[in-house]
Amino acid sequence: MKAGSPKRRLGDLVFSNLTRAAGLTILVALAGVGIFLLAQGAPGLTAGKEDLRGHANFLSYVAPLVFGTLLAAVLALLIAVPLALGVALSISHFAPRRLATVIGYLVDLLAAVPSVVYGLWGIGVLGPKIVPLYEWLDKHVGWLPFFAGPYSNTGRTILTASIVLALMVIPIVTAITREIFMQTPRLNEEAALALGATRWEMIRLAVLPYGRSGIVSAAMLGLGRALGETMAVALVLSASNVVTWNLISSTNPSTIAANIALTFSDATGTARNALIASGLVLFVITFVVNFAARAIVARYEPGRKK
Amino acid sequence: MTAVAPEPSLVVEHPLQRPRLPKLAPLIAAVIAAAAAVLLGLSLGWGVAPIVVTGGLIYLVGLSTWSRLVENARAATDRLVTSLVWTALVIALIPLISLLYTVISKGSSSINAKFLTWSMRNVLDGPGGIYHAIMGTLIITLGAAIISVPIGLLAAVYLVEYGQHSRLASWIRFLVDVMTGIPSIVAGLFAYALFSIIVGPGTQMGFGGSVALSILMIPIVVRSSEEMLKLVPTDLREASYALGVPKWKTILKVVIPTAMAGIITGVTLAIARVIGETAPLLIICGATDSVNLNPFSGQMASLPVFIYSSYQSPGANPEVLRQMAWGAALVLIIIVMALNILARVLGKVLSPKTGH
Repeated sequence: MKAGSPKRRLGDLVFSNLTRAAGLTILVALAGVGIFLLAQGAPGLTAGKEDLRGHANFLSYVAPLVFGTLLAAVLALLIAVPLALGVALSISHFAPRRLATVIGYLVDLLAAVPSVVYGLWGIGVLGPKIVPLYEWLDKHVGWLPFFAGPYSNTGRTILTASIVLALMVIPIVTAITREIFMQTPRLNEEAALALGATRWEMIRLAVLPYGRSGIVSAAMLGLGRALGETMAVALVLSASNVVTWNLISSTNPSTIAANIALTFSDATGTARNALIASGLVLFVITFVVNFAARAIVARYEPGRKK
Repeated sequence: MTAVAPEPSLVVEHPLQRPRLPKLAPLIAAVIAAAAAVLLGLSLGWGVAPIVVTGGLIYLVGLSTWSRLVENARAATDRLVTSLVWTALVIALIPLISLLYTVISKGSSSINAKFLTWSMRNVLDGPGGIYHAIMGTLIITLGAAIISVPIGLLAAVYLVEYGQHSRLASWIRFLVDVMTGIPSIVAGLFAYALFSIIVGPGTQMGFGGSVALSILMIPIVVRSSEEMLKLVPTDLREASYALGVPKWKTILKVVIPTAMAGIITGVTLAIARVIGETAPLLIICGATDSVNLNPFSGQMASLPVFIYSSYQSPGANPEVLRQMAWGAALVLIIIVMALNILARVLGKVLSPKTGH
């Protein structure tokens, strides 16, 4: 195309710089997110007890929140990734084409539902329905610290929140892994089948090794989504900002995002700065996770010029 | 086997195929497992959920054992994995069906003319309306689209037409991808911090919501527009250059119109993505019971925030407000679905232009 390019004119100069400016605007906006959060969050870093709901300093205030955020997100990922892999495989290798299209639409539908509606469903439907399961877990595997109980009567536990988060993560992980599974070289698959492999052996030998990095980065992108998701957790969880491994009791660790959503409107002055600072912590965590995930994708993405 | 059979021979018979389960084996196993689970469940007085779980387990174990006995271990594993894949699909879709069913059944009863045309101003008892929230959502999202579409589209043009493989372009591409992962609440906090510094501490207004949403929307617009611009054949550009048309005019008159269908589809999907965002609006737009059509002054209600606050802090009339929350959720889902369908229809209707 270089050879076909016409010589530079005023219009070209203006337009090319306009588009470059738009591109730079995006970089500036991204940097701006960090800078403005830092500017408004800085006073919160040195906030005292009265603005941190009784915690001595910002670190001891944000640590339980970070714990809760990671716990909820990792649980969600443990639930979502196996299911999403199953859904992706069913679309790419198991379902007949027409059914696969329908499943694809349904997964898109799952992605289109707004997060606040998931939250509503979590608190209104899933919470009450899941209490018997918690009762059962408490009774039979209560010796595990995760199910130590006493179980919550409302079902508003961190496990319920994680299940709702998992639902929101499934479409992302499915979308990426499905693409990668479909790109598996046809010849590899046919070679495996020709050697007498069953369908599962073909998938294990040809599809999964080819998609390994894709699965990892899809899971990390899902993790990024689960870390930052607010409304579902804010609605479902009955949070008390503690550190506990107990997944089914009514005292649960809160997450950074949910804590901001729940307390922002009542907070004033430095308390708001502290919330913004906790938002900065969340931004850094998700940025690192997404950065790493995208770096893996970019390295292995087939056909991308490097 | 049939070809070999009539010949009574001394040769030891080597069947060409190993024994297989009948074609209907999964169905038979499913029926038996279901029957066993129901019988067991009824005799022990279980609920529906344990019966379904037990039935599933009996099916998984039964089918793979049967296959292991008749076929071989490898085939058994294959059948087990196949069943697990379908199970995963069913488990993932049950909540979706339950969610849609609940929202439709609980929400449809509260939707009527008053619900759509009244606000919550001075509504003390009995249901009010969500007109203020619908208008707020439309205004805020329109603002976000006005900010995001030009920036996103121009940046995509830069990536495809000018930057290509330059270092700046690949950094922009990479960071746009990273940006898609910014938590929505962080975008809200950013807008809040920005307006606190520029306008004054604690500022809340609808336009701030537009800024927050555009942080989430720009990356989606860039990525989808970039994909669409890349699809425009190089021949078209070269034909235009050959006629002496400057590059910028080629882009504006040839490249973008050719990709228009895809770009519009992408923008519509991006709007559908951000219109349901709650967290940023909760922080930067606040909530109000009155109609506020001015995005540059005062708090502004929006559908997602209305749903959240009606359910979370329903005030004096929890039953009524929770009912209204379900109604608002149905309206929101209908808007999102309509946008998704619109995107597909627009893509189909406008696409012949991109063809050939």
